[in-house]
Amino acid sequence: MTLASNILENHTTPTGREEAWRFAPLARTRGLHEVESAILDRPSLKVAGSGSGFSFTLIDGRESLSKTDDVVVLKVRNGTSHVQELKIEKNAVIAEPIFLSRDLSGSSVEVAEASRLVIRAGSHSQATVVIENAGAMTLAEEIEILLEDGAQLRFVTLQEWSDETVHIGRHHAIVGRDATFSSYVITVGGGFVRLLPTVEYAGPGSSAELFGLYFATANQFLEHRIHVDHAIPHAKSRVHYKGALSGNGAHTVWIGDVFIRAAAEGTDTYELNRNLLLSDGARADSVPNLEIETGEIVGAGHASTTGRFDDEQLFYLQSRGIPADEARKLVIRAFFMEILSKLALPEIEERIAATISKDLQGVEL
Amino acid sequence: MSTLEIKNLQVSVETEEGSKQILRGVDLTIKSGETHAIMGPNGSGKSTLAYSLAGHPKYQITGGTVTLDGANVLEMSVDERAKAGLFLAMQYPVEVPGISVSNFLRTAVTAIRGEAPKVRTWVTEVKTAMADLSMDPAFSERNVNEGFSGGEKKRHEILQMELLKPKFAILDETDSGLDVDALRVVSEGVNRIKSNSDVGILLITHYTRILKYIKPDFVHVFAAGRIVEEGGAELAEKLEEKGYAEYVTA
Repeated sequence: MTLASNILENHTTPTGREEAWRFAPLARTRGLHEVESAILDRPSLKVAGSGSGFSFTLIDGRESLSKTDDVVVLKVRNGTSHVQELKIEKNAVIAEPIFLSRDLSGSSVEVAEASRLVIRAGSHSQATVVIENAGAMTLAEEIEILLEDGAQLRFVTLQEWSDETVHIGRHHAIVGRDATFSSYVITVGGGFVRLLPTVEYAGPGSSAELFGLYFATANQFLEHRIHVDHAIPHAKSRVHYKGALSGNGAHTVWIGDVFIRAAAEGTDTYELNRNLLLSDGARADSVPNLEIETGEIVGAGHASTTGRFDDEQLFYLQSRGIPADEARKLVIRAFFMEILSKLALPEIEERIAATISKDLQGVEL
Repeated sequence: MSTLEIKNLQVSVETEEGSKQILRGVDLTIKSGETHAIMGPNGSGKSTLAYSLAGHPKYQITGGTVTLDGANVLEMSVDERAKAGLFLAMQYPVEVPGISVSNFLRTAVTAIRGEAPKVRTWVTEVKTAMADLSMDPAFSERNVNEGFSGGEKKRHEILQMELLKPKFAILDETDSGLDVDALRVVSEGVNRIKSNSDVGILLITHYTRILKYIKPDFVHVFAAGRIVEEGGAELAEKLEEKGYAEYVTA
């Protein structure tokens, strides 16, 4: 796989025929995907409270840490002069999560905004960063995450947007030697959400776990397009995304591209996507894609399933006296909890579980 | 005293080649406190009998009756059968990631007993039952059957049998995949439940070794979808020596 041009001027507006855009209903982006459309340069993230071991500042935005050929991300780079930077100090062990949220004052869905964030996790630091996206926005963003050697970063993004929100973004992690990156992408809100969680490795012994959870209700489009590039030996990746859909026009897309290049001996990768279809009129696209250029690997696999309830799980629960409707609720809850409980953030777990319960109301199970 | 009565039970499954009959008229009556072993070669329909009694939707009842103290079991939903007192310990217990064992047990017990167990007595009850089966207390925080070893899955099934206190328990190949130690622990668990209750047991097995630990009152040989021979524990010894050959070729 080769990169198309990383200069915006060389791109034309996607038409929907391109591989990368073929699932997206482009009429619903409010023009955000168009090369020519205007975008407001507004650093919209704010940090909650203060703490030690990290800093949150605005830095010059001329340089980027990574390459991309995504039109919208290039637009974000072109349209912004500065980048918000969250810097976690070397060796800092920060127990409390660092919360970043969107400052929506003066914001309007009619005005598309660009946001750039860089997270630098200093060597051997340990931290959890939670990005809370809520409210109504038309947002194009890029988050670049650099994990220096031995850093451990848990990166959580919550998309709890209201229905009118359009959000297109890229989260790109560069995982250093012996560093561990864990990402949790939870998308339960927004009318049009397209996220690109991508990973590259900068040294051996590095590991990335990408977890995701999404729930699309009527007329929501939620796309997660994962890309893991193994170009370094002895790195590990795990991708585990789960989604549910309910209602007419609910549409989710999961793409899992994993590349193991010739130099990436000792790679260990597995990716998994499960979709639970809860009603007619919903559509889940799920495309795992593994390209392997060396046989000298520990393991590489993928799985994708899309379907209704697991009948065997229902039978097992019912055979223990649990009535069918309660068994279905338990199975759905279990479906989500498998990912949610990994967050280890009880308040957020509860909040998302409540949103899911609300989404499930009126669903004929 | 309860009675589970199976009369002329006929069961089919849908296959790509059309409907295929598996059970060809099974007659069996089990009373409280009795242990019946059903033995037979692979493919004889033993597990079909187990799942049909529990109400698995894959199996279509095409004839016969099953009653529990006169009540028509075949008209009951899966959960109603469990509430009526039937329990199936499965050969391959299903993984349910995202539900903890403790949550699962509590939900099941609440459904079966019709009310939530009192917190204090419940905790003690579960702890005791788990200790009796040599299960680590941390086990209750794991997800149902997820990543369990063969032995752990079967212990978990017997743990449920202990807590749900069924009138009749069907143990479907509970001995399969167990090493000797696990077989002993699981069998002791079943025997403890037998001695503390009036449970009737239908023990389905391919091998005779579990019958050294759990003594059957009756042994039924199953072949080609029906019972072909019946006897006492001595029949198991004969099978141990001679195998199923005469029934398969018959």
